[in-house]
Amino acid sequence: MSRNEPLLVIDKVSKFYPVGGLFSRTRIAAVSDVSLTMAESGPEILTLAGESGSGKTTLARMVLRLIELSEGRILFNGRDITTIRTREEQMEFMRAVQPIFQNPFEAFNPLKRIDSYLTETANNYSVEGASAEQRINSALELVGLSVSGVRGRYPHELSGGQLQRVSVARALLASPLLLVADEPVSMVDASLRMSIVNLFRELKEKHGVSIIYITHDLATAYYISDRIAIMQRGCIVEIGPVGKVLMEPLHPYAKLLRESLLEPRADAAWNEEITLASIETEEFVRQGCKFAERCESRLPICQTSEPPYSVVDGREVKCWLYAGEGKKAVV
Amino acid sequence: MSVLKVENLKAYYQTEMYGVSRNVRAVDGVSLELQKNEVYGIAGESSCGKTTLIRTLFGAFDPPLRVVEGTVTYSLDGESVDVTKIQGERLRQIRWKQVSYILQGSMSLLNPVRKIRKTFWDFTRAHEPITDAEKFEAMARNHLNRLGLPAQVLDSYPHQLSGGMKQRVAIALATLFEPKVILADEPTTALDVIVQRGVLQLLKRIQRETQSTLVIVTHDMGIHANIADRVAIMYAGRIVEEGRVKHIFGDPLHPYTKHLIESLPKIGDKSTRTSIPGTPPNLADPPPGCRFHPRCPYAEPICRRESPHLAAVANDRRVACFLVTTKENAHVS
Repeated sequence: MSRNEPLLVIDKVSKFYPVGGLFSRTRIAAVSDVSLTMAESGPEILTLAGESGSGKTTLARMVLRLIELSEGRILFNGRDITTIRTREEQMEFMRAVQPIFQNPFEAFNPLKRIDSYLTETANNYSVEGASAEQRINSALELVGLSVSGVRGRYPHELSGGQLQRVSVARALLASPLLLVADEPVSMVDASLRMSIVNLFRELKEKHGVSIIYITHDLATAYYISDRIAIMQRGCIVEIGPVGKVLMEPLHPYAKLLRESLLEPRADAAWNEEITLASIETEEFVRQGCKFAERCESRLPICQTSEPPYSVVDGREVKCWLYAGEGKKAVV
Repeated sequence: MSVLKVENLKAYYQTEMYGVSRNVRAVDGVSLELQKNEVYGIAGESSCGKTTLIRTLFGAFDPPLRVVEGTVTYSLDGESVDVTKIQGERLRQIRWKQVSYILQGSMSLLNPVRKIRKTFWDFTRAHEPITDAEKFEAMARNHLNRLGLPAQVLDSYPHQLSGGMKQRVAIALATLFEPKVILADEPTTALDVIVQRGVLQLLKRIQRETQSTLVIVTHDMGIHANIADRVAIMYAGRIVEEGRVKHIFGDPLHPYTKHLIESLPKIGDKSTRTSIPGTPPNLADPPPGCRFHPRCPYAEPICRRESPHLAAVANDRRVACFLVTTKENAHVS
């Protein structure tokens, strides 16, 4: 499957939230000036990684049109999604872009039967009658479940892993082009986690679905994704092919993240201690590089002006350390 | 020196409704022994009885949870106490001063309408008859200082602190009296990797400085590999394998442990990983014999009939699996 234009273009997107009292003019940027392009030539899985409060979820919610953009634009299949007005356009957009949320037990109403979600979704996207039944069946089969296994059952009767697979099946009913999965495996048990992750891989390879995969878990990110974007305090600090970014990170924050990863190995204990940010909100409003305070290799310039993006070794890095190297990225 | 000895502990959730009684065997025959100055990890998936076990160790069980059988004996200051037998004031004296418990999601235990200082004051007053405000202030500041936390947190409300900071404050509260045993239930869930590292570092530092025993319960195998000295793997209410970290991760013996460790993806390795087929059993009606046999690829007829007990094998480890123990016996004879 090849396209002429990229599936998703995020162009200089920012989201500001006011902080403080009613008359306060301070605002923090939950997402600040983020640009990226997804699935330029065929489907891909892009991971958004980073600490809590780095803006991963906010960005995903803007892509899903759940919250409005403060600045910038998002193009989906060449169409600016901020210009969607009518119900038909909205339905068409939702059919193509489907969400999967973190906690399957919160995503489903405990008083509603699971199959009712599936039939409702099928009806919403006007797949009716016998074809709806067929559609539901094939979607469930794809995720390794069967209609008879879920018919008439309530969310509490299924395990977290099964329920998460039902929410993937529900998303697939609309035959989407893009799935936005926000921490889809963090609530799922270790022994079942890989079944969901493998499912994502299969969806991309066999069904041409692109996926935005949001996670803290760098190991599964490495396992399934093609590219990874490391976010910190609303900015993408490093973006590139997953092998390069995770094997030899360049940005000091990406390095710290990679080092802090808990690896299930016999000789994994850390030797050095790290400093945590003591006051979080302060980092958002900081001048210059937002990581400067905690960075070990900071330069004087880091605290005064914001670093530009540089292209180094096939990836974009937002750090003064690499500003001289390579040419300035065309954003 | 042994600090805590648990023998054949059985803790069930017993309910009776309309004449139908139901036993959920969340902890079913667990025996373990903890030494002074060690970090003991308990791993397993959700609903395998990890949290029930740690609650019983703290003596914090209320109906429907009942201890059906077994003992939990602490050796504190040369005196041995079975927390399943004592109640009320006696239990309260042990709690927090000798044994403390960091609950799952304990960052939400902080009272949202009181400053952290007040919460510290409440905790201190509940266990120490301190009346001098200055002395208390000095003690609280001293403690925070030693843990590397800024003293300004005392003047903050919980909502002004980040999740990681709240979690570290909760740890500071739990360790205020330098307890001999610290029980921590999922202390870093819901924190991101870097904050997680900071919190674990803090726990480890407290443990090392006070030479205490830290029991850490989590499903995250990476945490165990990094912080624990010994690890126990639980499955369906029982310990299936226990041993030193390097042996458990280097050479897992039980099929469940093997699969659990092999299924974890690693950076630098994109080969396909698979999940264990099937789901954990319902603890109200566990399968007969070995509880893992319905999902075990190596199950033999004996596994369906008899339940293997946790037998000691080489290298100071214990395994509950017929495959391993019969091989071991054959080797000996």
